[in-house]
Amino acid sequence: MNLLTVIVLLPLAGFLLNGLLGGRLGRTFVSVVGCGLPILAFLATIKAVTILQTAGPDAALLEVAYRWASFGDQGFDVAFYFDRLTAVMTLIITGVGSLIHVYSTGYMKDDPGYARYFAYLNLFLFFMLTLVLGRSLLVCFVGWEGVGLASYLLIGFWFEDPAKAAAGKKAFITNRVGDAGFLLGLFLLYWALGTLNMDEINAAFAGPVAPAVSASLVGLLLFIGATGKSAQIPLHVWLPDAMAGPTPVSALIHAATMVTAGVYLVARLHGIYEHAPEASQIVAVIGVLTAFFAATIALVQTDIKKVLAYSTVSQLGLMFLALGVGAYGVAVFHVYTHAFFKACLFLGAGSVIHALGGEQDIRRMGGLWRRIPITFGTFAVATAAIAGIPPLAGFFSKDEILWFALASEHGGSPFLWVLGSTASLLTSFYMFRLLWLTFLTPSRMSHDTEHHVHESPFSMTGVLVVLALLSAIGGFFQLPHFLEPLLPMPAVSESLEHYEHSFVFVAVAVAFLGLATAAFMYRGGLARGEALAARFPRLHRLLDGKYYVDELYQAVLYRPLHWLSDRVFLGLGDRLLIDGSLHGLAAITRRASGRLSRIENGQLQWYVAMAVIGVVGCLVWVWRNG
Amino acid sequence: MADTQLLLGLSFALFALGLVGVMVRRNALVMLMCMELMLNAVILALVTFSLETATLSGAVLVFLIFVVAAAEIAIAIPIVLQLSRQRSSLDVEGYDRLKG
Repeated sequence: MNLLTVIVLLPLAGFLLNGLLGGRLGRTFVSVVGCGLPILAFLATIKAVTILQTAGPDAALLEVAYRWASFGDQGFDVAFYFDRLTAVMTLIITGVGSLIHVYSTGYMKDDPGYARYFAYLNLFLFFMLTLVLGRSLLVCFVGWEGVGLASYLLIGFWFEDPAKAAAGKKAFITNRVGDAGFLLGLFLLYWALGTLNMDEINAAFAGPVAPAVSASLVGLLLFIGATGKSAQIPLHVWLPDAMAGPTPVSALIHAATMVTAGVYLVARLHGIYEHAPEASQIVAVIGVLTAFFAATIALVQTDIKKVLAYSTVSQLGLMFLALGVGAYGVAVFHVYTHAFFKACLFLGAGSVIHALGGEQDIRRMGGLWRRIPITFGTFAVATAAIAGIPPLAGFFSKDEILWFALASEHGGSPFLWVLGSTASLLTSFYMFRLLWLTFLTPSRMSHDTEHHVHESPFSMTGVLVVLALLSAIGGFFQLPHFLEPLLPMPAVSESLEHYEHSFVFVAVAVAFLGLATAAFMYRGGLARGEALAARFPRLHRLLDGKYYVDELYQAVLYRPLHWLSDRVFLGLGDRLLIDGSLHGLAAITRRASGRLSRIENGQLQWYVAMAVIGVVGCLVWVWRNG
Repeated sequence: MADTQLLLGLSFALFALGLVGVMVRRNALVMLMCMELMLNAVILALVTFSLETATLSGAVLVFLIFVVAAAEIAIAIPIVLQLSRQRSSLDVEGYDRLKG
């Protein structure tokens, strides 16, 4: 039985059914197909996992769906590969994905594009499953591009609004920059190894004979691809704008699954990075810088979804930090816990926005805990989880990341630990700030909004409760240990070996420090925060302007390119050279024919005279030369 | 021999007369007649040469040209007639509507 193929194809069937028939067959049909097929895929994944578990710790299921292209004795297969890493990713995608589909039936209930929405969502799942299940990097790349497409379609779902359509385009184009790096890495790998199957690539780099290609170069190129998809510096600019899409989309694509594709890629190709200390170093530094800078930006955001967006960028940075120091299993562990609490946070934010009739500014919220208690409770659990309060899920994964950032023999250093811990402190602070400003402080809502506040339907709150539960207990499953046969842990430097427990206390202290500071600052409302912003106006402006990275790209990339295209390519090349030469030729012909047409004056006598002159001329010529 | 030269001279004179007539006269009918004149001058030259070389093909060709000339004039005269009906004038300078 082709279980893996079935897992991948189920959402595709959903896309086709909903895309082609959904508009005609009504909402019940769309809901059943849209939610039912991902749930079936989830069940099929569980079945595959049980089969895998009986096969042993480092076994893998392999299924060749069909031969895509063949040349000579080589070729590309569309093959699906299922080991423990894939199992974790697939469970997250289909599991959290199914929950978000169910949530969407409540959230998008009154949207006219209901069928289109579910079709896109299923399409996204199909491509995401292709990405993680593909054995060949080429199949993975198809999924990689496909999730980019689905993300573009869903960010610009309300495309009547030009700002939202522009956000979709920005996400797509920024990802293209990263994809160029991915493709180059792909070419290089195929040129050097003659295969794109990821297990074979890992084996080739681990083998006794080093491949004839620099692991660092390949690693860097693939990491460029990962920075695009996973929104790392310098390609992080698209993710905050991607919040223009419907909130469940932000939860599924821009928090729980798609953005972790970069992490998955690096973890999957750990064989390359283990032999590329330089590339790993860069991954770690980029990761920790992203974590830190995104966290500082999140401090001053006032849009509830933007805070969560920057927190996502920051958490992704921490995952890359873990990858960079060789703790691949820990990075995947954080992907796993992050999927729960960040999906819960985004869906909770969606529930808040739903309750307030579209309001997203936390300065005009407050006091919601009494009015929407289930949303508040789940949001609080997820906030505590992301902040790293024990014993919730985020604590375990984050603590391990920071420990390996310091102690790993594979590039750990105090610098990484300090920046990572600071980012962690800031995370705790801004998340509790969000919690206080949204739910706990006295209400700042307008009377009209306040009147309409209502708890979301069961389809939404039920999902929130499940996700909050998972955020609470998810950390007890020791995922790095489960993955260790595939993704070995880095060695810990001997001098630090005995201090692991003290660093746990530091991590806990950091989380509670963030909580306490946020409580102190925002317990009474906005006043203290605004006073602080007024005391450091320049710093506040810098953070509020997101370090002006968008403006920098505008000045450094967009303007010169625009100038070059406008003046050189359009003005000089197109208008002057191509149009000019054609117009010149036309003008010469026109002027010459203008002269010649004067001969044709309509006078018979003139024509006869010309004919006679011609004949005489011919005769004279024949007589002279004949 | 002298006859031949005389006949060729006559033929040339007729041709020149016709050519000058076509070139300077503005009356369409007169121009047609001048063209006939040129045609006849050529026929005269043809006959003269055919006498000179004592071949019959020249004389046969003459009849062919007569037929062509008759057909040509049969088309040309109605055209001129139509033109004169439209403008009630035979002056060719008035007819320049087809110029480029």
